[in-house]
Amino acid sequence: MNRLFTLPVLLGILYSGIRLATPYLYAAIGETFSQRSGVLNLGVDGIMLMGAYSGFYVAQKSGNLWVGLLAAAVVGLLMGLLMAFVSVTLQATQGISGIGLYLFGLGLSTLLFKTTLGGVESINGFQPVKIPLLGDIPYLGDVLFNHNLLVYGAFLLVPLAWWVMNKTTFGLKVRAVGQNPQAADTLGVNVNRIRYTTVCLGGMLAGIAGASLSIALINLFQEDMTNGMGFIAVALVYFGSWRPVGVLGGALLFSFVNALQLWIQVLGIPLPSDIAVMMPYILTILALTVSVNRTQKPAALTKPYQRGES
Amino acid sequence: MPDKPGIKKFFNQIVDALLPLLGLVLALLIGAVMLLALDASPLKAYAAMLDGAVGNISGITQTLVKATPLLLVGLGVVIAFRGGVTNIGGEGQLTVGALATTAVAIGFGALPGWILLPASLLAGTLAGAAWGGVPGVLKSRFGVNEILGTVMMNAIALQLSNFLLRGVMIDPAEIERGTQIAQSALLPEQTWLARLVPRTLLHSGAILAVVMAVLVYIFLWRTTIGYRIRAVGLNPDASRYAGIRVPFYQALSLILGGAFAGLAGAVEVLGVQHRMLEGLSGGYGFSGIVAALFGKLHPLGAIPASVLFGGLLVGGNKMQRVVQVPSSLIDAMLGLVVLFVVSADIWSRRRARRREINE
Repeated sequence: MNRLFTLPVLLGILYSGIRLATPYLYAAIGETFSQRSGVLNLGVDGIMLMGAYSGFYVAQKSGNLWVGLLAAAVVGLLMGLLMAFVSVTLQATQGISGIGLYLFGLGLSTLLFKTTLGGVESINGFQPVKIPLLGDIPYLGDVLFNHNLLVYGAFLLVPLAWWVMNKTTFGLKVRAVGQNPQAADTLGVNVNRIRYTTVCLGGMLAGIAGASLSIALINLFQEDMTNGMGFIAVALVYFGSWRPVGVLGGALLFSFVNALQLWIQVLGIPLPSDIAVMMPYILTILALTVSVNRTQKPAALTKPYQRGES
Repeated sequence: MPDKPGIKKFFNQIVDALLPLLGLVLALLIGAVMLLALDASPLKAYAAMLDGAVGNISGITQTLVKATPLLLVGLGVVIAFRGGVTNIGGEGQLTVGALATTAVAIGFGALPGWILLPASLLAGTLAGAAWGGVPGVLKSRFGVNEILGTVMMNAIALQLSNFLLRGVMIDPAEIERGTQIAQSALLPEQTWLARLVPRTLLHSGAILAVVMAVLVYIFLWRTTIGYRIRAVGLNPDASRYAGIRVPFYQALSLILGGAFAGLAGAVEVLGVQHRMLEGLSGGYGFSGIVAALFGKLHPLGAIPASVLFGGLLVGGNKMQRVVQVPSSLIDAMLGLVVLFVVSADIWSRRRARRREINE
């Protein structure tokens, strides 16, 4: 255990934790918007897989990572559009349609992977960019300010999402539509348009989350590579009480524990790796159980809106 | 309305029951487009699929073998969804069910089959129930969303299985040979479920699953507890006013959902694999949801739906061999079927509303 509490290891845990939080942040912040407007998109994992695949494939073919990222965003947006059509226009049961979207994304990304790539190849992904001055701070500079651009983007997304949600008219509309769609409708807010926007935004961010894995963090694509991360992202939204800052807390907690268990394995501390991998999940459940959930979920979550219904 | 309401009601039910098939046809059409895009002939592919699923005895029995866990998981999904909770923990519940069954069957291997077999089945069922019970209790006692709970329990079950299969439960022969494949030893033969057709994998678990479907139907529609579960699912607020303890029945439906997924794991171990191995759940936890949904969340409807999807999975493998298109196409199509079926509900609901207005 002494080996764990040395400065280099602690800094290493901090560094890996920040990296690991990246895909969760993109996906969960997107899902926060979606759920705040009343739509539960359980298909995030499927969208992430499609984003990871298309980001990787396009980046590899075009030789340009940004084009790959754009492709992932567009594919994610289209998947979001599909989800919005099914759950907003056709008013399908959201928990189940999300599972359909997940299976679709899982199957299609695997199919495309096997037919277009054939095997696992790696790519030269986004490289770390050291921020001038801040990156020179002893110890912390390397840990906090020497990441690739997608990692910075994920963390900048949090204050941005907070600002949009709480300080803009759009955010107000999103919250109103999720809390009381009838009232919002009466005030002239187009409920379905807001929901389409948020679900598509969530899809786009989930696509980017997938690409952050395949072209920035792991730098390869393989079948089912998200391994359920999208479901964890949905869980983090509940964990964070539908607030961007809460989601950040949840993502960091989950990722730091994950980084801790990785380092425990690296250092060869005798704890079975499978048990170590369980830690973040168990801890998340425990944290949820002991923390009193103060905020109520958006009142209209999972409820499709239809005019003329009381 | 001049015509007989009975006939009209029957007609409406037929249309409602056929809507899922329409969804399947639509998914097959989109699948055909994908096949064309992959330079494969859709006709040839679908013919291979049909042939693989029902073309001969081996195909038919394989289909039924795949349908068995789908049906059992599906029954659990039916109960949970009828109780108004989303159980996506089928994968984990199935896995721990299979682990517990294996542990009991091997641990008490000296016991005679007539006691060991039921004990093993029961162990799997109880383990699944416990795995569903954790998110159930978290929901009812602490207000933790069950989606979150079941997702976390899936991840934990997977690691637990890896841990046990690479550790205490590993086949001693694997260590001797040094191959270290993460699987348990073979179960004692007295626990193997009887083969229904010689030289095939079809086992008596298929019959058990059908019996269970009937029991679940009786349970949900002919008992007070079943009635309360459905009431809670239909309208929790009204149920609360009627004095039904909503959290209790929500937890109960998650526990029962887990029990059936656990039983599916037990049956898969005792009937097909005869040992526990990595990846045993094979996505049944999710495709069972598709089967349940396709059967209109009715226990008896889940029977033909499971056979259909069992056939799709088996046929998909044959298709992969014949036209060289990965069977993951089938997974993508399963996803589309789910999307179409839940989307088609809007027409069922609209017609139901129109009927209400007319009456």
